Amino acid sequence: MSGRFVRVAEKGRRTFEIVIDGKRALAAEGDTLMVALLTSQEALRDSEFGDGRRAGFCVMGACQDCWVWTANGERVRACTTQAAEGMSIVTRLAEAQEGVWPRL
Amino acid sequence: MNERADVIVIGGGIVGTTTAFFLRRRKRSVILLERGLTGQQASGVNFGGVRRQGRALEQLAMSNRALQTWRRSRELLGEDVEFLPSGHTRVCYHAHDAEYFHRYAADARAYDLDLEVLEGAAMFERFPFLGRDVIAASISPLDGHANPRLAAPAFGRAAARLGARVVENTEVVRVEKEAGGFCVESAAGDVYRAEQVLICAGAWANTLSTQFGEPVPLVARGPQMAVTEPVPYVFKASMGVYTSIKEESVYFRQVERGNIVLGGGPPGPADADTRRASVLAENTVAQLAQFRRMVPAMRPLHVIRVWSGVESYLPDSEPVIGPSSKADGLFYAFGFSGSGFQIGPGVGETLAELLDAGSTPIDLSSFSIRRFQRASLTHAQSLTSETSP
Amino acid sequence: MAATVIVIGAGPAGVRAAQALVEAGLRPVVIDEGRRDGGQIYRRQPEGFKRTYETLYGTEAARARALHDAFDALRPKIDYVPDTLVWNIEPNALHTVSGTRHRKLAFDALIICSGATDRLMPVPGWHHAGAYSLGGAQVALKSQGCAIGSRVVMMGTGPLLYLVAAQYVKAGATVSAVLDTSTFAQRLRALPQLLAIPSALRKGVALMRVLKDARVPVHRGITPVEIRGTPEHGVQGVRVRQADGAMLQVGCDAVALGYHLRPETQLADLAGCEFRFDQALQQWLPIADVDGRSNVKGIYLAGDGARVRGADAAERAGRLAALAALKDIGMTCSEDEANKLRLQLNRFTRFASGLRTAFPWPARFAAALPDETIVCRCEAITAGDLRRVVNDMGAKEANRAKAFSRVGMGRCQGRFCAHAGAEVIAAEARVPLEAVGRLRGQAPVKPLPMALAPHKDLETSE
Repeated sequence: MSGRFVRVAEKGRRTFEIVIDGKRALAAEGDTLMVALLTSQEALRDSEFGDGRRAGFCVMGACQDCWVWTANGERVRACTTQAAEGMSIVTRLAEAQEGVWPRL
Repeated sequence: MNERADVIVIGGGIVGTTTAFFLRRRKRSVILLERGLTGQQASGVNFGGVRRQGRALEQLAMSNRALQTWRRSRELLGEDVEFLPSGHTRVCYHAHDAEYFHRYAADARAYDLDLEVLEGAAMFERFPFLGRDVIAASISPLDGHANPRLAAPAFGRAAARLGARVVENTEVVRVEKEAGGFCVESAAGDVYRAEQVLICAGAWANTLSTQFGEPVPLVARGPQMAVTEPVPYVFKASMGVYTSIKEESVYFRQVERGNIVLGGGPPGPADADTRRASVLAENTVAQLAQFRRMVPAMRPLHVIRVWSGVESYLPDSEPVIGPSSKADGLFYAFGFSGSGFQIGPGVGETLAELLDAGSTPIDLSSFSIRRFQRASLTHAQSLTSETSP
Repeated sequence: MAATVIVIGAGPAGVRAAQALVEAGLRPVVIDEGRRDGGQIYRRQPEGFKRTYETLYGTEAARARALHDAFDALRPKIDYVPDTLVWNIEPNALHTVSGTRHRKLAFDALIICSGATDRLMPVPGWHHAGAYSLGGAQVALKSQGCAIGSRVVMMGTGPLLYLVAAQYVKAGATVSAVLDTSTFAQRLRALPQLLAIPSALRKGVALMRVLKDARVPVHRGITPVEIRGTPEHGVQGVRVRQADGAMLQVGCDAVALGYHLRPETQLADLAGCEFRFDQALQQWLPIADVDGRSNVKGIYLAGDGARVRGADAAERAGRLAALAALKDIGMTCSEDEANKLRLQLNRFTRFASGLRTAFPWPARFAAALPDETIVCRCEAITAGDLRRVVNDMGAKEANRAKAFSRVGMGRCQGRFCAHAGAEVIAAEARVPLEAVGRLRGQAPVKPLPMALAPHKDLETSE
């Protein structure tokens, strides 16, 4: 688990699978999507304007830095969305195998 | 403070700033008076469409001139106003509108506007993202869009670099004819004099034209604008729905940074006196439904901001452009009815020609202010609700 | 027919406002963006999490429990609307979205308790993955049991700097350093005002003890120089200049940044409230009287969303605003109680002022930001870009500068760039900060889904 966030409490919760950039990862019951993603990897998305990877900022739904693409081409704000079993998130849009968005 | 020039331009929007710019290129001295900051009103809040397609045929000559300026804008201005030659496409849902596309395309050819009308499979191949209610698309490949927040101010700065005297934060309270020209007074008591005056003060022009006994039935309305978060740049288009049903008439353009600018539907309230205009929440909700219909792929996206501003409309949706009917040396250009952005530089170039040379080959007769002075006003209502580029 | 009163926000201010309204016999609507009540400071952990109130809220455990219990007791007596964003306000009505469902709700009175976020001063590299706000670092721990990194530096100023650091230490996370831009001398100067709330002062001292015992390096009077990082991996360290001029490098994989809080005033703006430039705070704040009445009839502002004075003040301000609303709709209220609340709030106002003296907003950093520093995170606009529009395009006012530079045009709509952006403009244009003005508020308050559709069960037009 080479994530950014470190679980320091509430460990031992039931886990379930999500998919990140096509690879399986584990999330825990009660995780926000942001935590589910950042306990498995270092970032949530690429900045649109070339300054690198982003991993959120305010964690409370104000900065809007943590919006991510789902593999279905939907948009979710990771810090205010509950992680759920089967969620599939694309954090590297440019490299996604099939077109994530737009869906035509 | 007393100042004098050949021409005083009242109003620092896209028309005023481009007129000042073109007048300087003709070596005429010009003072531009703007109540606030250049390009802050309609010129700065509109959709940003740079389109000739869809204009009344009488506008096309100036619109063609304008396009040449837009295409050379980076070189002329020394800065980038983000003109993108994306083409402009009108789409429609109804058979009678598709028929109109073909008729307009035929008529417009005489004005050097070459359009391509696609339907059915060919249309969906060109634009795979269109909703399946769309039955025809009329494409104007050389048209496009630009950044309205940057354009008029950039023309104003370019005019100033060429020697125009651009005076912001200066409200004009009185324009008077005197021997040899006009005397223009500001709220601060400054006096400006010139042989010729151009009133291009948008929604506020009527106050001044009324001083000369030439009132016009100008109505202020607010465009209902919105913009999405930045997303991958895939649409590369400026598109609008052509329809007589107001609610359906939405339009969008995607900029290279990825944001999609959205607009259309019924306008919102605007008050010229307070300079306030608003976007009605109901209009936003309705607009979004129409965008889902036009381009279903927009459904997952998010609007991050709405805005409006004070645009001014005349009953026939055509502007007033040309000489005053009451005072020699006085000229008008206002009331562009939500379609002044693209044509602005063409109007500016034409007015500079008219003021400098005394005439222009462009036929301005249909834009005369006299048309509002006939005994029984017949409102030539536009049949379409295409209020904006 | 009873008046319809809506409360926006189920944090300390909103909960106590709702409580006062219920006590008066009304059934208010309480709308909150979050899944659960509590706001930020008393944010409730997800159901099923096991940490005790003492672990989560430390010295504030009793207050947190009291607030949560109060809300739980209120629930059957209010129309509680969680997971719902108020995105627009018009006279006597507001527009909400929950998921993609739009509803329009009418009101006779509206109490806005929208809370606050961190106030940020940019530093080169703060855009790197791994930089978070102090509040964000706290929420990650409190609400999700996570530290934002394995070696965290806290940097900025304000009581939150020490509180979050101590909370991290107690939770077993590694705090590599606490870097405070304020000096001890500033703290001493503030002492008289800070004594307005002696318990708060004591708690502050206790926090320092926690850090000392854990041997967390604490440096004061520092100037942030850079958050080092790479585009791919994010934060790798922090560089600051110490008070004596020497450079200090601290390796880390996360930085929590913040300089006090700033009120979330977007809803007050949309509701038509007038704003005034507060010289002491150097911020634009919505005008409100001592009881929370705005200049708009029927609109009340309470808690950190109107003026940052902390959670305890927010509880009192919420109640006071509700009493004002009740009075204004013709219901009798205890003027004695209102007076008591006003007096208590005065102490909090004094204390908040003391905090600003002890931990000042480092306005002077703005002029010194290197041109390459990103000021607007959302749009990646730099200080140099902003200075360019001031100098080359004459943009000396916030909205004009925004139109030309794009600062404030991003998803966050100026929340994290407006203050520093205005400071950069003021410094470059050589005008007082007030002259720069403030960004015009517009709907939606937060991103609005294009899938937005009317709620099936309700008419949207009233």
